[in-house]
Amino acid sequence: MISIQNVNKWYGDFQVLTGCSTEVDKGEVVVVCGPSGSGKSTLIKCVNALEPFQKGDIVVAGTSIADKATDLPKLRSRVGMVFQHFELFPHLSITENLTIAQTKVLGRGKDEAIDKGLKLLDRVGLKAHAHKHPGQLSGGQQQRVAIARALAMDPVVMLFDEPTSALDPEMVNEVLDVMVELAQEGMTMMCVTHEMGFARKVADRVIFMDRGQIVEDCAKDEFFGDIHARSERAQQFLAKILQH
Amino acid sequence: MNYNWDWGIFFKSTGIGSEIYLDWFVTGFGWTLAVALAAWIVALALGAVLGVLRTVPNRWASGIATTYVEIFRNVPLLVQLFLWYFLVPDLLPEPLELWFKQDLNPATSAYLSVVVCLGLFTAARVCEQVRTGIQALPKGQAAAARAMGFTLPQIYRHVLLPQAFRIIIPPLTSEFLNIFKNSAVASLIGLMELLAQTKQTAEFSANLFEAFTLATLIYFVLNMGLMLLMRGVEKKVAVPGLMSVGGK
Amino acid sequence: MDFSAILPAMPGLAEGMLMTLKLMVLGVLGGVALGTLLALMRLSHNPMLARLAGLYVNYFRSIPLLLVITWFYFAVPFLLRAITGEDTPVGAFTSCLVAFVMFEAAYFCEIVRAGIQAIPKGQMGAAQALGMSYGQCMRLVILPQAFRKMTPLLLQQSIILFQDTSLVYTVGLMDFLNSARSRGDIIGQPHEFLIFAGLVYFSVSFIASQLVKLLQKRLAV
Repeated sequence: MISIQNVNKWYGDFQVLTGCSTEVDKGEVVVVCGPSGSGKSTLIKCVNALEPFQKGDIVVAGTSIADKATDLPKLRSRVGMVFQHFELFPHLSITENLTIAQTKVLGRGKDEAIDKGLKLLDRVGLKAHAHKHPGQLSGGQQQRVAIARALAMDPVVMLFDEPTSALDPEMVNEVLDVMVELAQEGMTMMCVTHEMGFARKVADRVIFMDRGQIVEDCAKDEFFGDIHARSERAQQFLAKILQH
Repeated sequence: MNYNWDWGIFFKSTGIGSEIYLDWFVTGFGWTLAVALAAWIVALALGAVLGVLRTVPNRWASGIATTYVEIFRNVPLLVQLFLWYFLVPDLLPEPLELWFKQDLNPATSAYLSVVVCLGLFTAARVCEQVRTGIQALPKGQAAAARAMGFTLPQIYRHVLLPQAFRIIIPPLTSEFLNIFKNSAVASLIGLMELLAQTKQTAEFSANLFEAFTLATLIYFVLNMGLMLLMRGVEKKVAVPGLMSVGGK
Repeated sequence: MDFSAILPAMPGLAEGMLMTLKLMVLGVLGGVALGTLLALMRLSHNPMLARLAGLYVNYFRSIPLLLVITWFYFAVPFLLRAITGEDTPVGAFTSCLVAFVMFEAAYFCEIVRAGIQAIPKGQMGAAQALGMSYGQCMRLVILPQAFRKMTPLLLQQSIILFQDTSLVYTVGLMDFLNSARSRGDIIGQPHEFLIFAGLVYFSVSFIASQLVKLLQKRLAV
């Protein structure tokens, strides 16, 4: 579904991604973790070309991103993304947030879009808030709307960029629950997150990044199984995170 | 386009005395400078006083300054100029009125009117900048100065104003540039500054594109030059570590 | 001072005010439209477009409005003749309006640019991630938010333009100031009419700017 092939990215002279390669199969859930500044958010943003990269290629559902002829907006419309800071559109109501891309990008009819949007809103447990504006919802609620907004586009894969790290602790679980459910339904997912509980529960694979490189890329059980078999950097990272 | 371009026009005789058109531009530029600089002195001095008044803990003082600002900001510059040039002389005591209308040559009376007008107009805007500058300073500054036994005038003179003026240099620069641009209204009461000379050249020579291009160029270069100058001033008086506020 | 002559002159003065308002409203609409275009150019990734828009803005911001009005009064008929090949009579109104739109666009451009830059970067990312084209991102997501935030600044600039329209005096257009001046001269009471004009300008600008301040406070909450 996603094939990342030797991706390299520079900001000026500074190399942020070095030779990153991995595959995400259909229905697979991959968790990407690593210390801040390790390039994990940058890598996931390369998958839907929000961040350009200079070398290598990423192929999503058969479409190459490095190919100049690729229609990037069209590709992005098939890839759902959830952001750290939700990024709902504050000037639009919740319903409008859920429908605007359906109608303007996919060309769906208004009724169909609203129907679909409300169904998904119901699924994330927020149907009663349809008429409100994003500013009137809590962070956890906003993030659930953001997930519904991405799902409304019928994506073939979902990308999560630290979806819970801007949330107050008591709201983390309501978002993770939605993500777990999604994973169990067979959605292909790539998640940048520090929530190791989530990784243990639903991930198929865990990728550990540091200083722009993929240091570990292995099955979940292997990753959490024998911690001493992991690289030193991964051990240090896990020791810090798992203390809590 | 049947238009006879002639960039040599500026060196041709105007037909009046031995003047060439360039002389007109030089004279006009001189008037523009004279108006803007004199008005700026008025604006800066009065604006500083008003700005201080707006921040002192006295209702009357700040009320007067606020009223001043509202009046001078909400009446168009041209209306103000007409009031100063046509109305105010009539209200003067008779000897002064006669002096203004008969003894002064027309250029001087127009000059006086426009300097007063632009000076007072711009003072309202300088006042607002000074107030913003003073209010942007940490409250502790005034308190600390008071704790050391400074009187209120001393607090302003030695502590608040030196800091406030430094941080408002960028917005003051833009007011300084505005006064040059606004001085063009003087052409409407017959003062032969840059714009008036340009218009006259355009009408006399029929080479209006050249005339206006030169005028534009002069204003543009003047603007850039003054901006660089003020940036230099800002650097020169900068205090390491002191904050700055952005310009308009 | 005798203000009794003003009441009978009201219809003429009202006509002048209508001209002033027409100039202002059309000037603001045209200026915001062109200014938005310039702002998008300044922010575009194409360095040529960005530099061109930057030059435009710097150019118009460094010359007096009165110069622009005067120049366009001479130049617009000339240019039209050059383009259409025939004498097309354009009144002072058209040339003034063109001058206002082009001049104000430079100022509106900077307001719009700051407004767009104040929108968090993630909004653009989110809109793109939903598959929107650059145009859709701007039109549906960024600009609606930016315009909401900069409404007070746009209104303030419009009040400034309201006052600046009085400069059309230089080309003899019968706006509010000019009709008050000419009435006063005809009747022989120039002072009264001038004072009246000043009072009207003051009242309109003062009330409008107080309303803008109120709006600003409400938006800040």
